[in-house]
Formats: sequence, structure tokens, C-alpha cells
Amino acid sequence: MIRTEELLLNVGPQHPSTHGVFRIIVKLDGEVITEATPVMGYLHRGTEKIAENLNFTQIIPYTDRMDYVSAMTNNYVLVHAVETMMGLEVPQRAEYLRLIVMEMQRVASHLVWWGTYLLDIGAMSPFLYAFRDREIIIDLFNELCGARLTYNYMRVGGVKWDAPQGWLDKVREFIPYMENKLEEYDRLVSGNEIFLARIRGIGQYDAATAIDYGLSGANLRCTGVDFDIRKAEPYSLYSQFEFDVPLGKNGDCYDRYRIRLEEIRQSLRILKQALASFPDGGETMGKVPRAIRPPAGEVYVRIESPRGEIGCHIVSKGKAEPYRLKFRRPSFVNLQILPKLLVGETMTNLITILGGIDIVVGEVDC
Amino acid sequence: MLPWLNQSLTWGNALVLFLWAVVFLFIVLGFVTYAIYFERKVIGWMQLRVGPNRVGPFGLLQTVADIFKLLIKEDTIPRKADRVLFIIAPALAYVPAFSVLAVLPYTQNLYFADLNVGLLYYVALSGISTVAIVLGGWASNNKYALLGGMRSAAQMISYEVPLVISVVGVILLSGSLNLRDIVAAQSGGWFWDWNFLPQFIGFAIFIIAAVSELNRTPFDLPEAESELVAGYHVEYSGFRFAFFMLSEYVYVYAIAALTTVLFLGGWHAPAPFLEFVPGIVWFLLKFAFIVFFLFWIRATLPRIRVDQLMGLGWKVLLPVSLLNVFLTAAYLELFIKN
Amino acid sequence: MSEEQKNSEEKPLTEPPVDAEREAKLKAAAEARAARAAAKEKAEAGAGEAPPEAPKPPSPRQPELDAIVGLLKQEIEEAAVEDAYVNELNSDMPVIIVSNSHWREAARLLKEHEQLRFNYLRNVSGVDYETHMEVVYHMVSLGSKREAAIKIKADRDAASVYSATPVWATANWNEREIYDLLGIDFPGHPDMRRIMMPDDWVGHPLRKDYEPLDSEV
Repeated sequence: MIRTEELLLNVGPQHPSTHGVFRIIVKLDGEVITEATPVMGYLHRGTEKIAENLNFTQIIPYTDRMDYVSAMTNNYVLVHAVETMMGLEVPQRAEYLRLIVMEMQRVASHLVWWGTYLLDIGAMSPFLYAFRDREIIIDLFNELCGARLTYNYMRVGGVKWDAPQGWLDKVREFIPYMENKLEEYDRLVSGNEIFLARIRGIGQYDAATAIDYGLSGANLRCTGVDFDIRKAEPYSLYSQFEFDVPLGKNGDCYDRYRIRLEEIRQSLRILKQALASFPDGGETMGKVPRAIRPPAGEVYVRIESPRGEIGCHIVSKGKAEPYRLKFRRPSFVNLQILPKLLVGETMTNLITILGGIDIVVGEVDC
Repeated sequence: MLPWLNQSLTWGNALVLFLWAVVFLFIVLGFVTYAIYFERKVIGWMQLRVGPNRVGPFGLLQTVADIFKLLIKEDTIPRKADRVLFIIAPALAYVPAFSVLAVLPYTQNLYFADLNVGLLYYVALSGISTVAIVLGGWASNNKYALLGGMRSAAQMISYEVPLVISVVGVILLSGSLNLRDIVAAQSGGWFWDWNFLPQFIGFAIFIIAAVSELNRTPFDLPEAESELVAGYHVEYSGFRFAFFMLSEYVYVYAIAALTTVLFLGGWHAPAPFLEFVPGIVWFLLKFAFIVFFLFWIRATLPRIRVDQLMGLGWKVLLPVSLLNVFLTAAYLELFIKN
Repeated sequence: MSEEQKNSEEKPLTEPPVDAEREAKLKAAAEARAARAAAKEKAEAGAGEAPPEAPKPPSPRQPELDAIVGLLKQEIEEAAVEDAYVNELNSDMPVIIVSNSHWREAARLLKEHEQLRFNYLRNVSGVDYETHMEVVYHMVSLGSKREAAIKIKADRDAASVYSATPVWATANWNEREIYDLLGIDFPGHPDMRRIMMPDDWVGHPLRKDYEPLDSEV
């Protein structure tokens, strides 16, 4: 009898496919995983501790760096939390600008996910196509707020910069271009036999598991649970716009893939409506006291980021700095299901499943 | 080449043959250099990029610069690696790649060896590279390399079988294993006399199995960059790594030439009125097309998973190639022999 | 090496040059601070004399809160609920402070009771109030879209709250993070180890009395 041993393999922290500095300790029996233990904290920067010494406007750049692929939604969750606590009104124009950048950010984030996911699966070219399109969005953001990745755009009570001349027209032009490209990408990739064989039926779980593990975003909706915070607990101006929430059936990687592509389409739909009803004039900042001091108490707000539910829990003692600031990060919570999904899978499927959850390690570690 | 081969082996003759081999080595190295350059260019264009364009005019010296860089790198051997095997593996990978080129004919009169079992020689030698890859993976003392080596061994063995069986149809039609005779059997004057149409099943299987033998996408699991961090050659650097890459590209040359010879009519023109163009030009055109095709699918397709690859090899390609053999044999029996 | 030693031993013979602009700015800032402090004192003294406000109307979500509190008190014990109120700042979210000793049963009740069915645990936060520690669980019922925030208080030294992981699997890593950064222990947790900090780290960084290794940072 040949005695075989279990192999202990370290995936990461430096690895092309772990989407950041993230490590999984994998026990292999041949090519089959018997146990997987994620180890994180390599990118822990102590944002929550630092925030206890800064006032809220100073914390906004730190939020950019948490989920750096989708910085606008991070900005928004913080300023929305403070505005909720203080009962501040945000002017219409500012709210529209916020919604537009958040939806554009959703498209950009999903494009990054799509490109890198396909790169992990082995197709090299869609990565470049996705980044070319994302480049257009990033250039628009650059024009708007001066930064390509970490925008520091929103402020408590409004936004920092108004849309420059012609910016809205450029966004209007981008929408049909992106819709066209999305059709092309669908034709290029989604019907490919090899690709479908790689992701159909992989990483499957049911709705009860998803709810129990607190998954959110596409990870929850792929099982058929209809819970999108933009529709279920609307914030900003989402209740005024019409859009569908794509749902999956089987809860496997293929459904998550399809949902995210469809979400890009729905985001473009929201953008079209928002641009059509964009107010002509208006302020970009509301009436905000010079020193932002939320009243004593606590608040927990949540919004739908491209990765899922991002939440901000602030405990304030009436000072300019928060007493405790906690971010509920979707990648962190979504990642919990990884050890469960990996048991019995092969190494190749590890990459497929990990990519399908769509994590950003900056958010996992905060 | 024939007159030299038929004479007795004196020192003078041996020297001449050796020099011809060296010349050929340089031609092959030149091919590899520009195949790598064109691969990067073609894939770049397919991905809306430009590819290398800085080093030398139009980036033509890029590969030269890369190879030079590899040659001047430090030769690291991991401390706990098996030294002898680690050092032998790249050389062992390269030697069969170069030796199989001996039997390939380029035109009626331009060839190196005229073995009556040329095809068998090719298939037999190309299997030795599998051993080299497993050795490289094992000797690196690295779990990723080991996984890559094991995967590669499984893959190459699985696809060697359909590869060989798919050419049995060609052998039946041509009646010989001699590559020059196989090309001669396709000399009808028109492109439909070439073997790829009568033997279309065999051709399809051969192409798939050939891409798998070359460890190229979509079958590049042994070097799956995003999973195994370069697989079996993760611990190799510098010159030894260059050897593995070199042997891969020399195999690309060999497979492309073999496909041209077996299925695309070798040096024959596609139509009689085009026969004024010399045969070597036709050979090179067909050869270039096959190489381009390999680059094309690398840019386009995702990677197949290891268990799906095994399933494809054993459950699909093998039965279909056996079917091809039966059909060819039945056709020959019923229509040709009478 | 010897030159550097010599330089460091030399005391500066003169004071560093006085930056007049900087001095002026510091002085202005100090004066402004004093003025603000004086104004604040005056305002606080004045506020004490303001007339008492009219009582606020009851919140529309008060019945929700009462229902949850009622069920908890009924199914477990009167003493299970230490306090309950609606959080006006947070769109009137019901907040219930459950006593630490009854948390284990309360968690199960919240998830499984057919009138509550809080099946989706959104967030688990730990807060270090300097007198005690608190763990806040935010949950929502996906069926009825009702939400609640449950707080559990614990002592600062040897803080311990029974783990909610057997009830909601979401709590697993969240509680590990709270253990790692705040030092609250969660008995009943399947895998209580540090998650963000290295495994051999001493201390809990998010605590208010945490001394960082490098105190100048």
C-alpha cells in the first residue's frame, strides 16, 4: 500500500490571484483540499483606531483606502452616517452628483472584478478590455475631483467639487458606449465552453447558508434572496429611479458572474435616468456647522457597495472626533464562507471561488 | 543532404554534418527569438496594446535583450534541491526538442534525415520531455513545482495517446511512416488533396492534442501563472529558465512543421496554377499560419481545469480518434483497395 | 562614528532661532481657545435656565420595540432586558440592552421565534466605554424587514460575552476581530484566536488604555 501524505500549501500572501495580501493555508490530499484556513491582517492599518483622533472630515481620505477599488461608496457611508446623526439636509444637486459617481464607481468596480476574474481563470485579453473601459471612468473622476483611485470627494453635507463644464455630457456619452461594450463582452466570454465548464456548479451554496453567514451583494442574491439595500432600505435618491435587481437561482459562481454583469447594465440605466433629471443649478454643500459635532449617541447606516453591504457604526460623545468608529466591511464578512466552500474542491477551483466572492483585501483588513 | 548521408562516415563527413547541424541550430534559435517577439506583438494587438516597440527598431531586439538578461542572471539553486536532477532537467527538456527536428522535410530536396520511421521517431522522442518536466518539478523541492510537474506528467501522457492515434489515419492513407512519403501522397495539385479535409476528424484531434502537448493555453496548467505561480519552473532562474522556454518554443516549431507536413500538404501549392511559387515559400506560409493560430488561441481562450482536461483527453479525444482509425480503414478497404 | 558622538555630545550653544510668525500664530490660537472656552461656559450656564421642553410624541417604531421586549421578557425572564429605547438618531431603530447572563438564550430566541425571526446578522461591534465594554449586534429580519440593535454590556476586566456564532455564523470572524482588538472573550466560540494582529501580539489595540509599542507614533 502506498502511503500518501497530506500536503500543507501556503497560497499567498504573495500570489498573483489572491487579490491583495491575503493568505490561505491549505491542506491538500493530492489535488483535493481537505481544509483551508484563511489568514488575514497583512494589510491591517488600524483605520478604526486612527479615526478616534481625527475629526470626520479628516477621516474621509482614510475611508478611500479601505476598499480602494470602490472608494466613492466608502466615502458615502461615512458622510451619510454623520449626516443621519446630525439630521443634515443635503442639497439636491449634491445628492445627484453623489448618486452619479456612486453608480459610475459600481460600473468601474465590476469591470475590475470581471477583468481580474477572467485573468485568474486564464483568459488574458478581457482584463485589458475591462481596464480600457474603466480608464474612461477613472479619467472622468480625475476631471471631477483630481484623483484616479482615492477620491476624497464627499463631505459631510454635500460634495467637495461641482461637476466641471461638459463633464455631464461626457458621462452621457459614456453610457451607450459601455452598453455596447457590455454586449461585446457577453458575446466574447459568457458563451465560451471552457469558461462555462470552469464556473458552472462551482462554489454552490443555498439561501439559508448565505443568510446565516451574513453574505451580501451578489453573493447573497445569487441564491435568489431579493435583498438589495438600494431597494430594500433606500438611501440617497435611489427610491426615485427605476432599476431591477438581478437575482440568481443556483448560488454558484456562474450566477454571481451573471449578476455582476447585469448589475453593470442596471447601473447604466440608473445613470441615464439620473442624468436626465439632473438639476440645473444648486449648491454642492448644505448648511453645515463649521465644527462637525454629531450629538451624543450612536448610529449604524448601511449602503450597497459593489461588494455588498458596507456599514458604518459611529458612537459619538458629542465631540468632533468619533468615540468609536466601526466599518462593517462586506469583503470581510463575505470571506467567512470561503473555508466552508473549499472543502473537497481542487486547487484550481480555489482560485475560481475566491475570485467569485469579489474581495478587496484593503477592506478585509481595514 | 541525401548525398552526405549516403556516404560513409569519415571525419570530413562528420564535420560537415556537424556544421550543418550548428547552422540549423542557429536557424531554430532565430525562429525562437522572433516567434517570441511576434507572439508578444500579436497578443498585444489582440488586447488593444502595442507589444514591445522600444528595444531596437520596432522592438525587434526585445527578445535578444530578454535572453541577454536571462543569461547574466545569478544561477540560484535552492539549498535543499536535488542538485543533479535540478541541473539535468532543463537540458533534458531541450535535447529531444532539438533532436526531433532532424526528420522534418521542408521541400523535396531540403531535409536532414530520411528515416523510414520518421513519424514514430518524432513521437517517441517528444515523450522524453515529460520526464524532464517531472524531474524539474521534483528537484525544485517546492510544493508548487511538484504540483506543476505532476499535472504536466498527467497531461502529457493523456494527450500523447490521442495525438498518435489521430495520425494513424494519415499513415493508413499514405501507406508509410516516412514524412517525405506522406507529403508526396498529398500531391494532387489542389488543396483538397491535402490530408486535412479527408482526415478532418484526425486533424481536429491532432490540433487539440498538439496544443496540449505544447503546454499552451488553454492547456497550460503546468505553468498556470495565476494558480501555481509558474508551476514546475518556479525555482528556475536565468539560463536554466531560458532553456525551458527555449524547449517550449522549439516544440512549437516542431509541431507547426509536423502539422504542415502531415495535414497541410507540406510544400505543395494549393492550386496548380500557383506552382511557380517555390515549395519552401508554401511551407513557410503554412507553418506561419499554424504558429499564428497558436498565438491566437492563447490570447482568446481561458484555461481548462485539470480534471476537465483529463476527461477531455480520455473520454472524448481517444474514442473519437479510434473512430477515425476505423473509418479510415473501412474507407480504404471498401473504396480504394478495389 | 567618533565624529557623530562628538556632535551629539555638544550642547547647542545658542537657542534655536525664534520664528516670529510661528510664535504669533501660537499666541493667536491660544487666545482663540480661551475665548471659545469662556463662551462655552457662558452658554452652558445659560442653557440651564432654558424652559423645559415639551414631551416628544412617541416614535412610530415604539410598538416594534415593545413587541420584542415583551417577547424577551416573557420567554426568558423579566431581568433579561436591562433597557430598551428607540434610537432617534438612527431613524428610530429599536435598541435593546440584554443582560449578559441571559444573552445565550436571548440570541436563540431572536433568531428562531416566529414573530421575530432576525435571521440576518448584519454587524457586530465592540465598544470600549471606559467604565465597561459593550458588544452591539445589529440584525434584521429579511422576511419582515424589521431591524434591531442589541447591546450587551460586559465588565472591562475579564470581559466576556457568550458567543453568538452557534446562532448566526456571521458572528464568527466579527467576534474574533473584537477579541483581537478589544480583548472581549467569547466563550462558546469555535475558534477564538487573533485575526488581524499577529498571533503573538500582546495587548488589545483598540482599547482606550492601550499603550502602543512605539509611543511616538
